[in-house]
Amino acid sequence: MSVRTLPLLFLNLGGEMLYILDQRLRAQNVPGDKARKVLNDIVSTMFNRKFMEELFKPQELYSKKALRTVYDRLAHASIIRLNQASMDKLYDLMTVAFKYQVLMCPRPKDVLLVTFNHLDAIKGLIRDSPAILNQVDETFQQLTEVYGGLSAGEFQLIRQTLLIFFQDLHIRVSIFLKDRVQNSNGRFVLPVSGPVPWGTEVPGLIRMFNSKGEEVKTVEFKHGGNYVAAPKEGSFELYGDRVLKLGTNMYSVNRPVETHMSGASKNLASQTQESIAPNPLAKEELNFLARLLGGMETKKPSDPEARFRLNLFATEEEEEQAALTRPEELSYEVINIQATQDQQRSEELARIMGEFEITDAPRQSASKGDDLLAMMDEL
Amino acid sequence: MFRRERSIPLRGSAAALCNNLSVLQLPVRNLTHFGVVHGPSAQLLSFAPEGLPLAQRQLHAKEGAGVSPPLITQVHWCVLPFRVLLVLTSHRGIQMFESDGSIMVYWHALDSGDASPVQAVFARGIAASGHFICVGTWSGRVLVFDIPAKGPNIVLSEELAGHQTPITDIATDPAQGQDCVADMVTADDSGLLCVWRSGPEFKLLTRIPGFGVPCPSVQLWQGTVAAGYGNGQVRLYEASTGTLHVQINAHARAICALDLAPEVGKLLSAAEDTFVHIWKLSRSPESVSIEVEHCHGECVPDTQVCGARFCDPSGSSFAVTGYDLAEILRFSSM
Repeated sequence: MSVRTLPLLFLNLGGEMLYILDQRLRAQNVPGDKARKVLNDIVSTMFNRKFMEELFKPQELYSKKALRTVYDRLAHASIIRLNQASMDKLYDLMTVAFKYQVLMCPRPKDVLLVTFNHLDAIKGLIRDSPAILNQVDETFQQLTEVYGGLSAGEFQLIRQTLLIFFQDLHIRVSIFLKDRVQNSNGRFVLPVSGPVPWGTEVPGLIRMFNSKGEEVKTVEFKHGGNYVAAPKEGSFELYGDRVLKLGTNMYSVNRPVETHMSGASKNLASQTQESIAPNPLAKEELNFLARLLGGMETKKPSDPEARFRLNLFATEEEEEQAALTRPEELSYEVINIQATQDQQRSEELARIMGEFEITDAPRQSASKGDDLLAMMDEL
Repeated sequence: MFRRERSIPLRGSAAALCNNLSVLQLPVRNLTHFGVVHGPSAQLLSFAPEGLPLAQRQLHAKEGAGVSPPLITQVHWCVLPFRVLLVLTSHRGIQMFESDGSIMVYWHALDSGDASPVQAVFARGIAASGHFICVGTWSGRVLVFDIPAKGPNIVLSEELAGHQTPITDIATDPAQGQDCVADMVTADDSGLLCVWRSGPEFKLLTRIPGFGVPCPSVQLWQGTVAAGYGNGQVRLYEASTGTLHVQINAHARAICALDLAPEVGKLLSAAEDTFVHIWKLSRSPESVSIEVEHCHGECVPDTQVCGARFCDPSGSSFAVTGYDLAEILRFSSM
């Protein structure tokens, strides 16, 4: 499929993650300066130049598992701590939201507007940090360079690639169920009314021409929907009215972020394809993961007490309950690369790590390989 | 009016591809074969009207180098004068099987030689033309395979140049009469259509330019090209001249499939807007222009349709697949 899909996937999922974390920080009454620090740290890691360089290289999408590990790492680049149940829920919410946004894009190209909506909102969250704002603007620039000139056909391929990635994901989200955006079986509601995409005519007209090109007959037909013309096109500039609401922040303090785990999907066969594979990570996936994580700065707070736990659930009991009752087929199995196991793999990883600089304060350890393995084990 | 018939369950949901349903009608045996792409696998099943699905098979794209299994882009039955072959296109190449999918008779690996690193390499667009099978590729080239009456001695006989962007669909005229000069049309991601005459060497007859949107699906009927576009329009052209005769604002989202019931001149269009429409095509006797009449519209609730086909030659029944849906929906007229 398209090899230009990863940046869009990563940035949009990252945007959703920030919306949710922002909501949880407010819901947990975390003091303003701490909350700002969390968001600033995550955003500056996400938009790190080296990281972005790696991300924008043409490549295939890798597994959901590898991507999940990246977000786990990203969340922990800040001073928050999320345990497994909360991280699972966070990732569920992120993926369902973006799947919905991709599905609802009127034109395939509109996924770029959705990305810009996320970036606009991210800039709002880190308003007070000009250095990080700059990083986000640079990424904006890069998106425009890479995607600005793509044809409708190339965007169609990107859209198909994203939809294949999200195929068979039917986790139900409370907010979506309440707003009747999702049905009780987890499928999204597709309205047959509203504005048509920019560049599409309202259906219902047949125009017939003669061989000279003159219109000779017009007939209307009943098409079954209730569509109106598109008001205007969204802006693809750095600043502008995107028109499209997809990708803007739908969470607020008063709207809880619940998911329903039971009976999520009847078709388990396809969902478990990945988790029953004998070798969950092929060598190339490890390489990619290592390079991406290698580009992430790890900040160890000087004061260990500064770290605090964020809960995606209303109470600790709920969080524990969620961890116990999560259906087997929906477990993400975070990647834990242990130095003792699988000698060959860890040697390979150590060799790869040796090739990359880890831009961090110097650590008192024997080799760079040990550094990254040690960092990953802290997940 | 159409009513819903019992759905056919699938092992895996349908992928969000265009033209993601192939139907092989076998009226003599009272059977219908269905083919749907799930992703890295495609599912074939055969169905008798009253009972449950009779036979089921899953096919996978031939492996190659790479992290993940290659994705299939299309699966399609090709009816040739002396045999029926099942063709499967993927990001690795083209596989041809006996019609029940039991034996692979031919494999053609795609040459990604001059692809830049940002280009996806794949085959897509499958049609039978006489004793040839034509398959489109990511570069715009159309490969023409010469198929013997039986056996695996399939030969790549020609590569057609005419397109610069990935091929989306290929259609051939089912009724190849003597006065039918134009008997094949190819479409691509830029919306360009090329009309050909088949033969030991294929000849390009007409080019019909696009207008900035892809043309994911195309059909050819008695010298008329029917094209479905990414902006929801269906356009009918005179194949030999490329003249536009009809423009239908048919759908509110991108069209994903067109099908033809050639005996009665019925055209079926399906799109991501959840609608399936049936149209009646006719040629007015005095002028040689083409006329269209809307027959029926069906909403498939909350389903982003990705494939649709008539299930019988008179166009009185059709089947539909949708993204994320693990069943084939069937409709027949009352």
